[in-house]
Amino acid sequence: MNFHAVRSIYKFEMARMRRTLVQSIVAPVLSTSLYFVIFGAAIGSRIPEIDGVSYGSFIVPGLIMLSILTESISNASFGIYFPKFTGTIFEVLSAPVSFVEILLGYVGAASTKSVIIGTIILGTASFFVDIEIAHPFVMVLFLVLTSVSFSLFGFVLGIWADGWEKLTVVPILVIMPLTFLGGTFYSISMLPPVWQTISLFNPLVYLISGFRWSFYENADVSIILSLAMTVTFLLVCLVIVRWIFKTGYKLRT
Amino acid sequence: MQPILTISDLTKTYAGGLQALKNVSLEIERGEIFALLGPNGAGKTTLINVVCGLVNRTSGTVLVDGHDIVDDYRVTRALIGLVPQELPTETFETVWNTANFSRGLFGKSADPAHIEKILRSLSLWDRKDERIMNLSGGMKRRVLIAKALSHEPQLLFLDEPTAGVDVKLRQDMWNVVSELRESGVTVILTTHYIEEAEKMADRVGVINHGEIILVQEKTRLMRELGKKQLVLHMHEPLTEVPPEVMDYGLDISDDGSELTYTYDTQREHTGITALLGALQSAGIKFYDLNTSQTSLEEIFVDLVKRPQ
Repeated sequence: MNFHAVRSIYKFEMARMRRTLVQSIVAPVLSTSLYFVIFGAAIGSRIPEIDGVSYGSFIVPGLIMLSILTESISNASFGIYFPKFTGTIFEVLSAPVSFVEILLGYVGAASTKSVIIGTIILGTASFFVDIEIAHPFVMVLFLVLTSVSFSLFGFVLGIWADGWEKLTVVPILVIMPLTFLGGTFYSISMLPPVWQTISLFNPLVYLISGFRWSFYENADVSIILSLAMTVTFLLVCLVIVRWIFKTGYKLRT
Repeated sequence: MQPILTISDLTKTYAGGLQALKNVSLEIERGEIFALLGPNGAGKTTLINVVCGLVNRTSGTVLVDGHDIVDDYRVTRALIGLVPQELPTETFETVWNTANFSRGLFGKSADPAHIEKILRSLSLWDRKDERIMNLSGGMKRRVLIAKALSHEPQLLFLDEPTAGVDVKLRQDMWNVVSELRESGVTVILTTHYIEEAEKMADRVGVINHGEIILVQEKTRLMRELGKKQLVLHMHEPLTEVPPEVMDYGLDISDDGSELTYTYDTQREHTGITALLGALQSAGIKFYDLNTSQTSLEEIFVDLVKRPQ
């Protein structure tokens, strides 16, 4: 294992986060805080409790997930796309590093950023609403698994994209709608039966449901199923990345 | 001693069908400076990129220090440094950080003293804390060389290292390459400046249409393929080559003021003495003479123009 390389890539990516602190940390925290103010305090105070949890508290896990998903994807995709765009990727590709080491560096850094952002948002949310964490270990597990899975997904996206538009189209047109329709702001049990069934095809339902369960023990689907879906998504992304490095897809001619 | 680089029957065909390399075989000895010459699109960069792992080979073998570039990629890549043709740099990083990043990436532990030595040798030390985006093109080129040298490679590829740089920097680069050679590093450089190859290289390889058409020691190449010319500046302009020296195949200038004799340096008798004697016997006077030798550039142009 080339630990020096992993450390170098990781440090390089984390340095990028420090250089762009406002964009990396302040912006997602601010936008999520606005959700708390609008949906939690202003509108949420007029909405009745959901499964015994105030609306403001109910949306906290979903909003943290929303930030983690979007930040994981954007950080990881940008992290690998920018070197492709500028041409500096040649150095990584010509270095004595395996795909596992490249992943540990890039995806590790993107996941770290997401976990930091998720933790900050959690802390910020506690200023606005009452938060309980019934299963802290499961909460951390979901936080880390989701960060890693979607950072991997972002990494794949960054390699696949051959232009800035492609880089942004998936997060905006696919991930964002799926997150909003995945139970961030509501329980899918509040939907008509048909839409409840349709929602089960949305993979993000399982992530948000599982994460919410770790807070309030309320879930739309079973925690085991949520965990299984998250791990499955992680494995699928790993297989795709393995294939990319084996074939050199969009990396080596 | 085992060559530092052994390429055997290497071919590369791109997805679009372009055959960039055709059964290329080449051996590079340790410590030599090898100049790979060829026109645009000849396959120089593809060859380098295959060795460095940036392009997948279609067939053939490439061994670096006896190790296969695919099976033992960790060993081979750690031995190689690459300075690419373009100037891809981490725009927002400082010179110091990017050089240290490269060293770590290639599996070496931090060694600030070594990085400092490289930056000083490339006149980058005073700008080590500057962001790369603030540097000129020439300085960025130096940064790329510093990055490539950061992990102490044994085999350094310089792909058009002095393209677009000023005379001073070019001279600095030549000095750096000379120092590398003294320290035992093997250097393979591609260049459009034939003068560069002529000045620095021990051996020259010419690639055209994906095929190595010649590999030769530079001095021997220039001796064997080069020609020497003797130019006689006539006292009185001539209207035609005098019949007394017709057998020497002389060329006459348009204004009749110069006679040029082309001779083979390899021949035991160049014919110069006999020619001068014949001119004297015929009473043809000249007031000056000089000799010139074919440059590597002329040899190169001649080689790539030959039908395949």
